[in-house]
Amino acid sequence: MFGKLSLEAFPLHEPILVISAIVGIIGGAALLGALTYFRKWGWLWNEWFTSVDHKKLGIMYFIAALIMLLRGFADALMMRTQQAIAAGGSAGILPPDHYDQIFTAHGVIMIFFVAMPMVIGLMNLVVPLQIGARDVAFPFLNNLSFWLFAVSAVLINISLFVGEFATTGWLAYAPLSGIEYSPGVGVDYWIWALQISGVGTTLTGINFFVTILKMRTKGMTLFRMPIFTWTALCSNVIIIASFPILTATVAMLTLDRYLGMNFFTNDMGGNVMMYVNLIWAWGHPEVYILILPAFGVFSEVIATFARKRLFGYHTMVWATIAITVLSFIVWLHHFFTMGAGANVNAFFGIMTMIIAIPTGVKVFNWIFTIFRGRLELTSPVLWTLGFIITFTIGGMTGVMLALPAANFVLHNSLFVIAHFHNVIIGGVVFGMMAGLTYWFPKAFGFVLDEKWGKRAFWCWLIGFYVAFIPPYILSFYGAVRRMQSYPNAEWQPYMIIAFIGALIIAAGIACTLIQVVVSVRNRKAYEDVTGDPWDGRTLEWSTSSPAPFYNFAHLPVVGDIDSFWTQKQRSNEQAENTPYTDIHMPKNTTAGPIISVFALIFGFAMVWHIWWLAAFGAVGMLVSFLGRVFNDDIDYYVPAAEVERIERAHQQRVEAQA
Amino acid sequence: MATETLHHDAHADEHEHHHDAGATKVFGFWVYLMSDLVIFGSLFATYAVLMRGTAGGPTGADIFELPLILFGTFALLISSFTFGMGVLAMNANRVGQVKMWLVVTFLLGLCFLGMEVYEFHHLIHEGYGPDRSGFLSAFFTLVGTHGLHVTFGMIWILVMLVQLSTKGLNDKTRPRILCLSLFWHFLDIVWICVFSFVYLMGVL
Amino acid sequence: MQQPSYWRRTGTLVLIALCLLLAGCSSALMDPKGVIGETQRSLILSSFGLMLIVVIPVIVMTIVFGWYYRRSNTMAEYLPDWAHSNWIEAIVWLVPVVIVAILGMIAWKSSHDLDPHRALENEEVAELEIQAVALDWKWLFIYPEQGIATVNEVAFPVDTPVRFRVSSGSVMNSFFIPQLGSQIYAMAGMDNDVYLESNEIGTYSGRSTNYSGAGFSGMVFDAHVTSEADFEAWVAEVAQSPDTLTYPEGYSELAERSSFHPVEYFSDVTPEFYERLVSSFHTGSDPDTDTQDAPRAPAVDSNEAYQTTDNQADGEAEDGQAVSNEAGE
Repeated sequence: MFGKLSLEAFPLHEPILVISAIVGIIGGAALLGALTYFRKWGWLWNEWFTSVDHKKLGIMYFIAALIMLLRGFADALMMRTQQAIAAGGSAGILPPDHYDQIFTAHGVIMIFFVAMPMVIGLMNLVVPLQIGARDVAFPFLNNLSFWLFAVSAVLINISLFVGEFATTGWLAYAPLSGIEYSPGVGVDYWIWALQISGVGTTLTGINFFVTILKMRTKGMTLFRMPIFTWTALCSNVIIIASFPILTATVAMLTLDRYLGMNFFTNDMGGNVMMYVNLIWAWGHPEVYILILPAFGVFSEVIATFARKRLFGYHTMVWATIAITVLSFIVWLHHFFTMGAGANVNAFFGIMTMIIAIPTGVKVFNWIFTIFRGRLELTSPVLWTLGFIITFTIGGMTGVMLALPAANFVLHNSLFVIAHFHNVIIGGVVFGMMAGLTYWFPKAFGFVLDEKWGKRAFWCWLIGFYVAFIPPYILSFYGAVRRMQSYPNAEWQPYMIIAFIGALIIAAGIACTLIQVVVSVRNRKAYEDVTGDPWDGRTLEWSTSSPAPFYNFAHLPVVGDIDSFWTQKQRSNEQAENTPYTDIHMPKNTTAGPIISVFALIFGFAMVWHIWWLAAFGAVGMLVSFLGRVFNDDIDYYVPAAEVERIERAHQQRVEAQA
Repeated sequence: MATETLHHDAHADEHEHHHDAGATKVFGFWVYLMSDLVIFGSLFATYAVLMRGTAGGPTGADIFELPLILFGTFALLISSFTFGMGVLAMNANRVGQVKMWLVVTFLLGLCFLGMEVYEFHHLIHEGYGPDRSGFLSAFFTLVGTHGLHVTFGMIWILVMLVQLSTKGLNDKTRPRILCLSLFWHFLDIVWICVFSFVYLMGVL
Repeated sequence: MQQPSYWRRTGTLVLIALCLLLAGCSSALMDPKGVIGETQRSLILSSFGLMLIVVIPVIVMTIVFGWYYRRSNTMAEYLPDWAHSNWIEAIVWLVPVVIVAILGMIAWKSSHDLDPHRALENEEVAELEIQAVALDWKWLFIYPEQGIATVNEVAFPVDTPVRFRVSSGSVMNSFFIPQLGSQIYAMAGMDNDVYLESNEIGTYSGRSTNYSGAGFSGMVFDAHVTSEADFEAWVAEVAQSPDTLTYPEGYSELAERSSFHPVEYFSDVTPEFYERLVSSFHTGSDPDTDTQDAPRAPAVDSNEAYQTTDNQADGEAEDGQAVSNEAGE
């Protein structure tokens, strides 16, 4: 009846888990109670859960990502604690089985459920506004993508309290992830969480690719698009081309595990090396999916706050395109030590180094944007400057790893760990924090508190170096990744320093949370009614903050790069007398959340081999999708009078403040 | 901007109908097909790697029955043609004919699927199931994934038959028929690759 | 009163930090004991130095520009529409291109020079072959010429090129002795190899670097580099051991999961142990012939095919028995 699921699956013997489960249940119950008490369920469902508004979806992505960041960071703290203790024969506080789950969960959560939703959330919030569109190309799919992501995040958290998570490392290398070596349900949780969210990500990729190519406003040619939109476009191209590889690879692993097939088994004609190749053929492009939009954020931030055009716009675009193409032909550098021939290794090593050229050019372009500018040292700028320095160092260690002969001694060591945290924290995290601060007023109508923002930055920056220079050093002593304990007592001081670094980063995260609370409290003082708090350059600043659900009452017309900036320079004419027209908008949809809940049921049932429930989930998905297909009532017109009312109200607010 | 907005107000209307407009839908569906192609590409690559991983089991030459496969192939090729006729009928606004061609396409798809189910059943019965060797895993998965796509295509045909009966040809159903036809032709092309790469090369 | 103690504390902290940083100079990779490791050290240092040519200016420019062109400094030049300069564009492309071109040449050459599969040239001493097998979670070392085997301890003479043939009886691992240089993956059914040589007598720690499951942290071993005479004494000591290693029985016993496994010596090993272990993952193909040339299996009932495999395994078992009996006598 319940497949492999039995009472033993509940980890009642693990005090840490029981406590966090109790805290989770109490917290959840309090939240649900509050929602019921304040009668917010209808509001939540109608205004948010079923919304197809890209801005609201972007906000929901960010909220989910921040919650998952806390989970992923708790894992990081536990890892640092364990390694700070488990030296010279000490077993530390976490047994191998638990420790292995934690580092696997940390990697999976940080990449799939923190970095990805932040990047996608930012694209949701910004891209349609930047290209002067009223929504994305497929609003329903956008809602569905979000919910598929959200339920996989739920699925991965269920693994905390029901059963176990994978103990294989975040990429679940076969044959370790095969049924022979990992017979538990951990890998199955990994599989279904990735498959469900992967479908959502692919749909997002298609959606935004089409949106950017087909929905740009009049006059916005490709080479007048803001850089963030360009990087989003390239990022989506990579999603479209690489995520199907992940889907296929994980599907084959699933068939190995569920039907006894022999894709990645040691024997019976299987090929383990193929798994490693396939997973990295997706995995390497994936890091560019994350970093390119971050590059875009920095480009916007630096040009805006230096009050100067971005240096070398065309170079920037071509560098982005070059990175997009190159990202697909470097995957082998993740396993030079597999024993391929020298020619193959050298080819992939050199290809990898070539990526450093367009990246280096971008770095110089940001620096020359500051040159002869008037840089305002706001917190987004601090994140950007911190990024340039940190990312350059990370890039340098990356090129060292790309030298096959040097890689033979650095591979799998803490050098690799330090390197990719160097580029992911220094690049993606700093980028998302900069983006969050920069576009927050566009989403909510008030700016974030600068003081706490700067504190968060300094904690992250200092914490990063304190946490990750020790692993760089330790790698030279032969310390490797994923050690639950180590016999070398002389490594312990470094591990303790790294632990302190993690605590400083924790303080940085706390600063961000305080920043949000303080800003919400002082939202009246921080209010921005103009819609353009930073004297911005691109179209998103030309509409009010928060932007109306239809984004623009009149679709803007573009004649230049940074068109909003040039318009502002040229004239102060007001478009008061332009008549308003009816606006065609998509209706909210209940199909997205419903399909996704069935997907969650399906995923959970598959993990535990509860076949009847899996069939129920699959049929539920199909039927609710058909329900959507047969529903013709999916759009409506906002009457011109309503648009006029909203716009008038906005103008009155602006005038009142002036 | 203000003055320009005034000038181009007439064009603004074009933008009003952007989301879910037919052309965007078909373009989006093209992009989806390209990403689907990457899935097939991964499976083809896997098949190429595992082709020799027979683990003492049968090779392609031992198990492929070309005449049967050829029958299924022709059924699928003809179904592409009949779907094309259906689209022509749609362009001529003949709902009845569209439905007729869709039914014919569905039946041909059923023939193909029947062939595949028979082949799989036969192989598994012989003891050459997908768990026998890496080669057979790759073979069953590649061909089976294609078969799964055909199955979904047929469900889609049924859905369209219902929608054509209840709603007729309109702005919503037309792009769907177009997308479905793209999907169907796409599956045909993938099958031609499967046929030549897996079956013909396996037998040679 | 506060001030001096504050500075003293900061000073102590800086001093500790410096000591820790400098300690890196005596680390395994910076203090290599073999020719491979030495080349890799100079490769790491030279690429590091080469890239500092870009990295240092970038860091300096970021800080200097960020400060000089700050909003409050109205003395600084301000050109809001200046966004292009052929000169600067040329330089920012050229400098990375040149450095990557140099690094690319270094990468090409070093990949070939340090190819793990490339035999080390040494005219005086014959090469020694050691077979390393990754098991859950320990290392098995087989000396085919000496006919002995050990667990979690390996020894070889100084200044002698050693060819490690590396495979796995379980999941993927990686064989690495940091102070000697290059690591290589250990994969079941695959016969990988890496050539290493040590120029200094000593004991160096080695381990698996590729995560392989719960006992991974305990997959460590010691590599003893000895004089020729000491090596022979060590071989003789191992050969004194009452234990022998047979395939497949002794092997399956040893292959059972264990971590931080104690050092074990085996005075005798089933001949072709390593080859048979590798080919045990090649069900259906004859180990002596290449898969490509292997005769195609007739279209037989799969149950029969499984039967054949079982028979083969039985046959091997009998062989193993015979050998161990011989050794016993």
